[in-house]
Amino acid sequence: MMLALDLTLAALVVVLALWTVVARQTFSAVVGFVAYGLVLALVWVRLQAVDVALTEAALGSGLTGALLLAAATRLRKTESPARLERPSRLIHSVAALVAAGVTAALAIAVLTLPNPAPTLAPDTAANIESTGVHNPLTAVLLAFRAMDTLLEAIVVLFALIGVWSLAPDRAWGGRSGPHHPLDPDGILAFLTRLLTPIGIIVAMYIFWIGADDPGGKFQGAALLAAMWLLTLYAGISDAPRTHGWGLRLALVAGPAVFIAIGFAGVITAGAFLGYPEGLAKPLIVVIEWALFPSLAVALALIVAGVPERDGIPGRDGS
Amino acid sequence: MSLVLDLLSFVAITAGAVFFLAGTLGLLRFPDALTRLHALTKADNLGVGLIVLGLLPQVSGWANGLKMIVIWLLVLLASAVASQLIARVAHRESAAE
Repeated sequence: MMLALDLTLAALVVVLALWTVVARQTFSAVVGFVAYGLVLALVWVRLQAVDVALTEAALGSGLTGALLLAAATRLRKTESPARLERPSRLIHSVAALVAAGVTAALAIAVLTLPNPAPTLAPDTAANIESTGVHNPLTAVLLAFRAMDTLLEAIVVLFALIGVWSLAPDRAWGGRSGPHHPLDPDGILAFLTRLLTPIGIIVAMYIFWIGADDPGGKFQGAALLAAMWLLTLYAGISDAPRTHGWGLRLALVAGPAVFIAIGFAGVITAGAFLGYPEGLAKPLIVVIEWALFPSLAVALALIVAGVPERDGIPGRDGS
Repeated sequence: MSLVLDLLSFVAITAGAVFFLAGTLGLLRFPDALTRLHALTKADNLGVGLIVLGLLPQVSGWANGLKMIVIWLLVLLASAVASQLIARVAHRESAAE
């Protein structure tokens, strides 16, 4: 019975992946990609990797899906002319060869893994006590491999800078995305008023439970970002001006605290990002609390998009 | 008692699955956006509701049951609003033609 479910899921993943590549319209491809992400999340649940499933659903499928949908909407006007430009047969075959090569290399790598696969899981389990957290994933992400998490948090910030740098001169430092007028009796405003408080509580719960159970700051921050985006789209609140000091402080506070604690570790524990004996848990909690709002703001503003209006006056040379 | 509950689960989940199937068929077969939405949302809402109802006797602890009921209510809310929004766009586009 479970085998039938697993086979169906695997087949669905492959079919949706093919659909995403083959679909002629960008919009259809994006819809395929989002569905693919949701089925993939179910696959992770079946593999008992609930943390990964949560991240895939919230970030891989939800947030990336929203980004791609926005991109597809922007590309709609150029889509039919772009389709007339067919790449030459040579490019087609080279692309196919490279794609097939990558797939083959991955397949070989996975299939030739020694059985049992090399793993650090026993070491993690043996040393998890020293971190004070009970979710092994959180222990790995914030103690044993904290460097990766730090870089991830900074990459999100770089992505946001990349989005902002696409702003036209007249909108530099202005508000992200178009202005959404508020319809006070509209259904979107109704949904936002009802859902936002629930969503915030669920986001906090997922964030807080991360110490002991599947969950954590990235998944919680994605939910929090979604709630903020909902209020933006419903017109209940407006995107902040991107040159505001408060906003920029909120964005860098998380990574800055993380880096500061990392350097403190050089003195107190003898290694960058090392935690002194007995202080691991409180320091991890401080880092998580600092990163959570920064990530939420950064993720929301990445999706909210390029600054389009209310720029700093005089920047466009007028 | 547990046999009755199992039977209830079986009947409710099967009925829920039938609604999902009907909704999917409607989504694939109905002629325009509004009727497709009609098929999808009505059937999915009932489908999820029946499946939650069927799973309720099987969960351990009232907190988990409560979570599932909340999930059902959230799905109801989200799908009702989403279908309204999609229907509005579809209506506007068909009026513009």
